[in-house]
Order: sequence, then structure tokens, then C-alpha cells
Amino acid sequence: MGARPIIQVENLSHTYMKGTPLEHVALKGANLYVEEGECIAIIGHTGSGKSTLIQHFNGLMRPESGKVIIDGVDLSKKKVDVKTLRQKVGLVFQNPEDQIFEKIIGDDIAYGPFKLGLPLKEVRERVKWAMSVVGLDFEQMKDRQTFALSGGQKRKVALAGILALKPKILVLDEPTAGLDPKSRNELLEKIKRLNREEKLTVIFVSHNMEEVAMLADRIYVMAGGKDVLCGTPKEIFTDKEKLQLHHIGTPETVQVLYRLTDLGYKVSVDAFSISEATEEIIKVLHGTKEDLEDVQRV
Amino acid sequence: MEPIIRLENVSFSYKINEKTKVSVLKNISFSIIPGEYVAIIGHNGSGKSTLSKHLNGILTPDNGDVWVHGNNTKDTNNKRSIRQTVGTVFQHPDNQIVATIVEEDVAFGLENIEVPREEMKKRVDEALNVVKMSQFRHRPPHHLSGGQKQRVAIAGVLAMHPDCIVFDEATSMLDSFGRKEVLQVMRKMNNMGMTIITVTHHMSEAAEADRIIVIEDGQIVMDAPPREIFKHKQELKNLQLEVPSVSQMAEGIHQQFPDFSTELIQEDEFIDEVMKFSKVEVI
Repeated sequence: MGARPIIQVENLSHTYMKGTPLEHVALKGANLYVEEGECIAIIGHTGSGKSTLIQHFNGLMRPESGKVIIDGVDLSKKKVDVKTLRQKVGLVFQNPEDQIFEKIIGDDIAYGPFKLGLPLKEVRERVKWAMSVVGLDFEQMKDRQTFALSGGQKRKVALAGILALKPKILVLDEPTAGLDPKSRNELLEKIKRLNREEKLTVIFVSHNMEEVAMLADRIYVMAGGKDVLCGTPKEIFTDKEKLQLHHIGTPETVQVLYRLTDLGYKVSVDAFSISEATEEIIKVLHGTKEDLEDVQRV
Repeated sequence: MEPIIRLENVSFSYKINEKTKVSVLKNISFSIIPGEYVAIIGHNGSGKSTLSKHLNGILTPDNGDVWVHGNNTKDTNNKRSIRQTVGTVFQHPDNQIVATIVEEDVAFGLENIEVPREEMKKRVDEALNVVKMSQFRHRPPHHLSGGQKQRVAIAGVLAMHPDCIVFDEATSMLDSFGRKEVLQVMRKMNNMGMTIITVTHHMSEAAEADRIIVIEDGQIVMDAPPREIFKHKQELKNLQLEVPSVSQMAEGIHQQFPDFSTELIQEDEFIDEVMKFSKVEVI
């Protein structure tokens, strides 16, 4: 702690199609702050305003009311250098198809760095690096056509295209939706490493509580266009009342542990990974064994 | 029983540039019986989405044939009846939403097949009710979030009363509650006799099915009930897949307590085993 906030959102509101009969309030006084180098998860139900919120981070949307300050730049001001902002904040959308427009994979990833006016050698290096980060083989994949890719592969290409810009803040909307288990685990490991080792600030929207528990330093829970809860994974997932109140899901492991607690087993629900949860249950089973031995001794 | 869908030696390839073709499906054959609940799993790029697009003639094979209720998907005269028999829900709802108001979108397919107005209204009501989107019926769909759009797309397919629905990673954009709701809908429809085919990366979701088909490099490498499939932990790992979380936990416990069953694939079974096991130990 003590680092300066790199993102600060205060009392942010947004209404779609304002003044029409189809008016729809998406954000209603949302607050959020992110410190440099943090990894933040934003969770919440469909329609809670998550996607609208993150589109403010790179200036795709400008604050209708309230404040958004990104790395010292106030986006509610009239004149904002959007180009510099978008270089600083890389946003990967939920649907990777939206972001891919070149016919060849290598060209698509190179598009951003090329537009930055970087020398060709540097562009090539960045494309190579970005492809290795997302787990696409450079030699094998760079000349492939983008339209014949599977959903998961398109996602990797879209992420590589953003990483090649070397942003300071990476914003991901459902980064692993549509990925197979191995690709998902690999990508999560890579995001984690970018965050921990390269000090990249990461903000991600996710419905997958396994990855939220694994990656996030802090979690923001959105509901009805507002931030309703904020805390570490431990604080959020062990607070049963709040989980129920806000209708928040938990990792599958925690779900099992909660069911066991309900049945009277003394397990701690603060065990998110498979191995931690397994240990926790083994401990309890050992406990019943010791009880048995006590009985025999008596 | 006469299969609802039958694939015979199906092969398919995409042209990636002038010279090269990538072969995606390689000589695939299988049948699906009416009322089955089948999950298709495989890693990204294994060919499972391409396969699912063959099931109602969105794609047709380069070699081999696909029959839906005995009608060949290659025969364009059959297209309409095939699409009415087998509906598809895709991964990205944006690609399948066409109208500007939710209820009109759900009614779109019905208008095309000239369903009478009263019947149409009834079917739209029912379908929106099943996916719990009734309160959004007058909203424009493009302002809904991903999960809500997906439920609208499912309602649109449901309203057509197909015999079979293919879910092509249809839950991958939904939160855990949204996914549970859709899974319940799938189970409910299957209990009513509808054939369900789901393409998924969620192993706990595949565990819900009666049969799992595993695809690798355009070929079927396993085809068996979930309990049988998830016995093959190492093979699945080699195929870049995994077993459900509870199976992984059961395996870990089994190493400490050899009597603890490793053949658990659903949460309920796992809880039961923990209870049974601790009781046995205490007695």
C-alpha cells in the first residue's frame, strides 16, 4: 500500500439513450480506485454495469457525470489526449472478433505498434514477444489467416495485439471465456507473471470465480450500476452473508466446503485452490479418525 | 431407434491460403439418438465447433454425409426442415440477435415460418419465461449485457420448438448463476424428451451429460458416459483437458485414504462420499 492510485473513479454515472423512452441507466454513482501494480477483479451480474465501467478507462466512454482519473489525467476535462491514453491503457474486449480486422495473424498483432511509428525491427520483436506471452508459436502462426481460427485462438490474437502496445494498464473483459482448461491455466499464469514481474496494472472483469480467487489482489462487486462491495478474495469469499445478499458465486472448491460446513464439518472455507481444499477435507477426515482412536483408547 | 443425427465418414477442411488447406475434421462417424444428452469436448482448435456447425447444415462436409432425420444436409431442399429440427445457440449472442426489441428478436424465427399471431405470442412468452428474461421483453437487445443477450438468443431457438438444440459453448460467457440456470433449462428440456448437444470447456458441465464425445485433431478419440471418460485422467491431460474439480479433489483424498472413491464426477456424489467415509471411520 501507499502507492499512488493509477485509476480513480468517483461517483460515475452513465445513462444509455438518455431522454428517449428507451433510456437505460447503466452506471449510478460508481466508485473505484486501483493502485499501480495491483490486480483487480470486477465481478457482478449481467447488467450490473461492469462493461460500461471499464470502457471509461481508455476513453471509449467519457464521464457523463462524476470523475475518472487515469494516471493523473482527468477524463472529465474537455481536452484529453486520447492517443496517449489508449497507449497507456490496453483494453481487450469480450468478443475477440471485434478486435481482429487484418487477414493475417502477424499483421493484426503488428497493427498497433506499426501505427505508433516504431521501426520495423522493433515491431517484429514486439509481435514475437506478444505471441510468446499468449502462447502462439511465432513461426508457425504468424502467416495464418485470422478467419479460420477457433474462438480461443482469436482471443489469444486479440490479447497479443494489445500487449504489443506495451500498455501500463491492461483491462480485460472476460479474458478466459471460451478457452480450454490448459490454455486458460497458461493464460492466467502469464497474466499473473505480467502483473507480478513486469508490474503491469491489471483490471479484469470475470464471472469465473476460480480465476478471480487465483489472480486478484482485490475484488470489486458491482450491482445495479454501483460498487457494492470491495475486498480481498479472502474477505469476500468467506463472508457468507454478503455472498448471499449480493448473490455472488464462489469457486467450485469453496462451494463444496460451504456445503460441508452446513453439514457440521469443521472445514475452513478459506481454501480456494483444488490442493488447498483437498488438504482441508483430508484434515477433517483425519480428525474423525483420531476421534475413532480416542474411542478405542477409552 | 432411428438416429436423429447421423454422421458418416465426415471430413472437412478450411483453406488458409492459396496453397494450403487445414484439415479440421477427419473421417468422423457417429449417431445421436432422439432424447440423448451429449457433451462434445476438446481443446481450442480441435475441431469441435466446426463439428457442431455440421449438425444442422451450417457447414456441409467435403467428404462423407450428415443425415438429420434421414435428410442429407447437402441437399439444399432439406435445409429448412433440418434447421427446424436442429436449432443452434452460439457462443457470441451478438452474432445471432437481429431485431431491435427483445421480444421481436425471439419472434423473428416464428415470423419466418408464418406461425399464427396468437400461437406466436404464446411461444414467445413461454420461451422468455424459461430463460427468465420476461421483464426485459421491451428493451433493445444491444444494451443488454452478454449473459442477458445469450438468454434472449436461447429463447429465440426455444420458441421454434426444435427436436434438438446444439449449444456451441453457449455458457462460456455466463456467470456461475447464469450458467446454472441454463444448465437447469437444458436438463429440463432433455427430461421433456428434447435431444441436447453441448460443446463445452467446463468439465463439470460435461459431467451433467449422459454421453461425452472427445475430439482431438478432427477425430473422435473417446466416446462414452462421463463416468467412464473421467477415469482417464492422464489421457485427458494429454489432450489439454482435465477432470471436474470434485474428481481432482477425490483423487487427492484417495492418496491419503485409499478407500475414498476416485470415481466421483458430481458435487452431490462427492459430498455423499465425504459423509459416508467419515461415518464409516467413526463406527
